[in-house]
Amino acid sequence: MGIVANPYKTTGFMGWIDDRFPATKMWRDHLSEYYAPKNFNFWYYFGSLALLVLVNQLVTGIVLTMHYKPGAETAFDSVEYIMRDVEWGWLIRYMHSTGASAFFIVVFLHMYRGLLYGSYQKPRELIWIFGSLIFLVLMAEAFCGYVLPWGNMSYWGAQVIINLFGTIPVIGPDMVVWIQGDYSPADATLNRLFSLHVIALPFVLVGLVLAHIIALHEVGSNNPDGVEIKKYKDANGIPLDGIPFHPYYTVKDIVGVVVFLMIFCALIFWAPDGGGYFLEKPNFIPASNISTPEHITPAWYFGSFYAILRATPPLFGSALPGVIAMFGAVLVIFFVPWLDRSPVKSIRYRGPYYKIALALFTLAFIALSYYGMQPPSDFGTLISRIGMAVYFAFFLLMPIYTKLDSYKTVPERVTHEAH
Amino acid sequence: MSTESAISGVNPNVDTSRRRFLTLAASGMGVIGGAAVVWPILASLRPSAKAQAAGAPIAIDLAVIEPGQKFTTTWRGKAIWVVRRTPEMVASLTKVTGELVDPDSASSKQPEYTQNAARAIKPDISVLIANCTHLGCIPTYRPDHPAPDVAANWEGGFYCPCHGSKFDLAGRVYKGSPAPVNLSIPPYRFASDSQIVVGEDPSAA
Amino acid sequence: MKLIKAAAALLIGLATGVLTAPAALASGGGDHPYFRVDTGNLAGLQRGARDFMSYCAGCHSLKYLRYNRMAADLGLSEEQLKANLMFTSDKPGDTIATAMPNESADWFGAQPPDLSLTARARGPEWVSDYLQSFYLDPSRPLGVNNTVLPGASMPHVLWELQGFQAKVEHAAAADGHGAKKFELVQKGKLSEEEYKKFVADLTNFLVYAAEPARNKRISTGWNVLIFLFILFPIVYLLKKEYWKDIH
Repeated sequence: MGIVANPYKTTGFMGWIDDRFPATKMWRDHLSEYYAPKNFNFWYYFGSLALLVLVNQLVTGIVLTMHYKPGAETAFDSVEYIMRDVEWGWLIRYMHSTGASAFFIVVFLHMYRGLLYGSYQKPRELIWIFGSLIFLVLMAEAFCGYVLPWGNMSYWGAQVIINLFGTIPVIGPDMVVWIQGDYSPADATLNRLFSLHVIALPFVLVGLVLAHIIALHEVGSNNPDGVEIKKYKDANGIPLDGIPFHPYYTVKDIVGVVVFLMIFCALIFWAPDGGGYFLEKPNFIPASNISTPEHITPAWYFGSFYAILRATPPLFGSALPGVIAMFGAVLVIFFVPWLDRSPVKSIRYRGPYYKIALALFTLAFIALSYYGMQPPSDFGTLISRIGMAVYFAFFLLMPIYTKLDSYKTVPERVTHEAH
Repeated sequence: MSTESAISGVNPNVDTSRRRFLTLAASGMGVIGGAAVVWPILASLRPSAKAQAAGAPIAIDLAVIEPGQKFTTTWRGKAIWVVRRTPEMVASLTKVTGELVDPDSASSKQPEYTQNAARAIKPDISVLIANCTHLGCIPTYRPDHPAPDVAANWEGGFYCPCHGSKFDLAGRVYKGSPAPVNLSIPPYRFASDSQIVVGEDPSAA
Repeated sequence: MKLIKAAAALLIGLATGVLTAPAALASGGGDHPYFRVDTGNLAGLQRGARDFMSYCAGCHSLKYLRYNRMAADLGLSEEQLKANLMFTSDKPGDTIATAMPNESADWFGAQPPDLSLTARARGPEWVSDYLQSFYLDPSRPLGVNNTVLPGASMPHVLWELQGFQAKVEHAAAADGHGAKKFELVQKGKLSEEEYKKFVADLTNFLVYAAEPARNKRISTGWNVLIFLFILFPIVYLLKKEYWKDIH
């Protein structure tokens, strides 16, 4: 005896644990007594799906690392070794490569949900910031992973992306050599990208995901009505419109997971190349520093940002403005909580300005993604420039059009039809 | 506006047996699905086709081994000895049986067809896995006798420098050695009188 | 079961169609005639393997494909493998090397490339079209050229089978619709139809060689999708059941 009994009144084995570690507390705080609004819709599946894909990437990545050999001489062969000689290696590799694309699909939809329902607004600014950082790190992680097979697309992708830093005035060219650790992408480059891909960035990513979830569970989830459910509580302090995440949202998310897995598995088993979008044809040719693939295109999920890079006219013969525009397109996302001056959160109660702006932004993003993957053309450049203008206008004019917009009255409580 | 909370515990009209059944069915399917994901991951850690190809049976030409000599090669990363034993060496095997831990190789590892007096298919050719059964060191070949530095009445054999285990010329361990059992024998067969194949049983020919 | 298969097929069709349609459009309106990949037909793959070993392996390696892996996937015993297909090695675990010595690179001005991944790097349509697009061109050192890979240094190894064809130089040929691009000027051992089939076998074999797990991938996929289709109603009813509490 002598110790104070734990406050959860658990006994036996769990009691022993809870006296020493807040296992029951964590279970309750984050699952069985985390009260989420009862009116989540389709858009609320993508958070849990992103977590699922993250776990998929970590597990398959660990196994791939056991078989992959970084190094300019060994990387390509070791990927084919995984595809052929390692039992089930092909499946693990396809799960990882298709998982990368799935990650971006899910994360894009997850972010879009935030724009639809104002999930970044006070008090959820930090959730959005952590999320934006996750997106940024995810892009770096994906780029490093893209280089690892050391196929010809990997090589020239590395060449093009690293050379972006060469546009920085004065220090740029030296910086490129420093990043590469050689005078062109080489063995040293591959090894440092490998280190980042399997150690540094996953660490940061997992840490950010934890911060993202902790921040979310501190302030509580938003919902499609954008109404704070904490305003109306019962005698026990439980939100009237809140339901325990477990079991209600766990069983709901499992349905989403199964549907997601159907699509994900259809891709893995029938279209692992993704028609050239997940695994590019030139990447089945070993890296060659003397021949560039006919069409250098980025991975599809970078298409929009790459289109912005290409569409920006050079200034005094320097591509620097394009590079700034591209990074700016990512950075501007961070500021959304302060750009939006809307008194309401959800698009359901916003006026026409925001709806039109978001519709145009959606079209612009899709057009940019598409033309970013096409070989350069005058028409593509024109569309990209319009798309880019719309993209930045959506964010930078947000303080103005959200202020001028008209708004509907937000209901006191969430709307939900039981079914 | 209702002041009732969204959930009022389990609805009394709800059939809990249906709920239990569905939970059980979903969990059961989940376990099957989980196992189906874990299986390929565990299977991927087995020797790959490349390792299997590298570990394929090897042929050893016996003509290069003089009587009394030991030839060393490797198979699946392990050192393999082939000793062409002289008639005297074969004869020595019966002299030492009283001093051995497991003279009949009852608890040692070898293919069935080598579990005989000479621990070999043909008495003059001895094939052994060279790793000491104690902790895996490679013993030294000491065919010379007498050899007072090894033992008082040494008839020739192998001596492990790591912890002093002693083996006779068939790889059988002497009493008082830290090694618990005799040296192991890999599967092998005679492809011809002058060639053996290590890694294949005679029947596989 | 039928329903599951139909639903799965629809899902696969949608998933792959959405991805491949724009890719097909993007690749320039189909430079090469459509080729229907079929690696499920083992007899065809066996013919393709035999033909590869007879006509291609002299110069081209398949350095990522092991003989014994190929035998197992194509349904051949080790004896059949050794007797019919193994000419460059006596170890079934070896990968398929070429019989050609290294210094022979000079013969054609370039080392003949390894073909392990060609069907994935170029696409099966390209391979099939390439093998049918050799034509007589006196300006080339070997007397033949190829419309798919102009200036290719490879001779028309299959001329005995296909014969020699000449390029048709009229305007209609340019757009490739209906009008024939080539005209047979010297008959080979095979008829036009037979040669087409020969090329199809060879192409399917190269598709197999580029991804030996292909057949297993698809058969595994069916099992996984059927499992998910059985799982779906259970988790859906489970969700419905729990959400009866919510009002």
